[in-house]
Amino acid sequence: MRRSADDRLFRLTTGAFAAMVLVIVVGIGIELTRQSMLSIQKFGWSFWTGRTWDPVAGEFGALPFIWGTLYSSLLALLLSAPIALGIAIFISELSPRFLRQPLAYLTDLLAAIPSIVYGLWGIFVLVPIVRKLELLTPEPLRRLPLFHGPPLGVGMGTAALILAVMVVPFSSSVAREILKNVPSAQREAAYALGATRWEAIKVAIGYGKTGIIGAIMLGLGRALGETMAVTMVIGNNPQVSLSLFTPQYTMAAVIANEFTEAADELYLHALIEIGLLLFVITIVVNLASRLLIWSTKKRAAELVVLASPATKEEIAA
Amino acid sequence: MSARRRKTVSAIAEGLCAVAVILALLPLAFILFYVVKQGASALNWAFFTSMPKPVGEPGGGMGNAIVGTLILIGLAALFAVPIGCICGIHLAEYRDSRFSSVVRFAADVLNGVPSIVIGIFAYGLAVLPVKRFSAMAGGFALGLLMIPVVVRTTEELVRLVPSGLREGALALGASRSRAVFTVIVPAALPGILTGILVATARVAGETAPLLFTSFNNRFWSTNIAQPIASLTVQVFTYAISPYDDWHRQAWAGAFLLVMIILVLSIVARLAVRRLEQMNRP
Repeated sequence: MRRSADDRLFRLTTGAFAAMVLVIVVGIGIELTRQSMLSIQKFGWSFWTGRTWDPVAGEFGALPFIWGTLYSSLLALLLSAPIALGIAIFISELSPRFLRQPLAYLTDLLAAIPSIVYGLWGIFVLVPIVRKLELLTPEPLRRLPLFHGPPLGVGMGTAALILAVMVVPFSSSVAREILKNVPSAQREAAYALGATRWEAIKVAIGYGKTGIIGAIMLGLGRALGETMAVTMVIGNNPQVSLSLFTPQYTMAAVIANEFTEAADELYLHALIEIGLLLFVITIVVNLASRLLIWSTKKRAAELVVLASPATKEEIAA
Repeated sequence: MSARRRKTVSAIAEGLCAVAVILALLPLAFILFYVVKQGASALNWAFFTSMPKPVGEPGGGMGNAIVGTLILIGLAALFAVPIGCICGIHLAEYRDSRFSSVVRFAADVLNGVPSIVIGIFAYGLAVLPVKRFSAMAGGFALGLLMIPVVVRTTEELVRLVPSGLREGALALGASRSRAVFTVIVPAALPGILTGILVATARVAGETAPLLFTSFNNRFWSTNIAQPIASLTVQVFTYAISPYDDWHRQAWAGAFLLVMIILVLSIVARLAVRRLEQMNRP
């Protein structure tokens, strides 16, 4: 059977190219581990809990960077999640039909602007504005740990603000899709019971809850690895602080700033170990978010199969 | 709750959603406004043709960085397009196999890996062994970022090809590979090109993975075994410098970047819409 031999060859060759994607992902994990061995062996767990980062003395503790990454990302989510959800609701449920496409396109545009441009804008436009706001903060508030520190303009708060703007499009576009997948029977049933528009929307949100959490986590995955814009506005000072005013540091930022300066091997390995942790964290967050999004979509799809064929087409369109 | 109260709550909530849209579009307008205002005025002919001037001397441009960015994107595409396209075709042809779902999953993972981490990987593979930053290493890093985008768009758009075309080719006795290369790929070609465009738009603005792969170069260079300048790294270097003249150039560079990316993404968007309309049953 010449034809079947030919088919098998085709499947194998194209499959080999497809396997390369797999090899790359596994390769990244192996390479990062291999290149950070010195630091892993020397410091062990204390690398993650140490607060001193002193390349000259050969002492490396990554806690301030981990803190900076987690804290800035969580702050960014606090701001971006409600906005992303609001956008998704507006575009999929409230907006007039002719506005849907343009609005979706404009919000997606936020994701297309390069990180470096956000950073440039951050340094020259946002930082001076934030500095003014910090100077205006009344004295009693300044005594709170959240607003402690000098009014520099650069710091945790500014970084979180920029990050929030950057991750909104990722969360909102997935949340939009989730809401679109919610069977219309859900809303119709709510309306039939006399619900207001908002109450019907709440039913739809409840139905897609898991997927919406997934959408927000997808934004978290983006925020954790964001480098340039954060590096340019966070102040790059390794410290663990709750304050929005103090300059801090993130994992991605320390790699970007110090990688080419790492003179000795231990220093380089310590930086790569931070990269390894970043790799692992983003994979876990992204996987969790995909799983949540996927399970919601699957549930919606199953329900469509049970429903009438008309609804099925309606949702496909 | 009384009906009136419920209606008020509904109206307020709807209003808040509209406010959310405005809150997101405000920074977009604000950023674009500044990039255009500061960038367009600093842009002149010399910016495209001249080399960077030493500190203190006014003028100069990013000629070498513009060429560098083009070379880097070219190298990235050279490596990512064949892998990404063939992988995407495989996923579309054998969509239900277990292997395909594993690869699809890997592409999703790769898509989510922070670009700075990709930079470290490229550094370990392409810089460390030869102990030299190079355009090749930078192109490799950007290529890794392109692959998942090319894979997913190729798969999606090959799937859009009506199954009747494939079945027709197979019924006429064509082998799978013949059907793919003579019928399906030509039909999906505009879509595949669109995918490449989308991927290019994504990597054109990348800075982080270039910092320690292609590094930077103050001089004119087209040697891919040597460090090379790029628009993004140059904007970064100028932005964090203390000189006003360099800040102006950074804005001009940012303006150029945003324009390139806007044009690429608008063209891609129009193409996708066109394809969807063409293939609608």
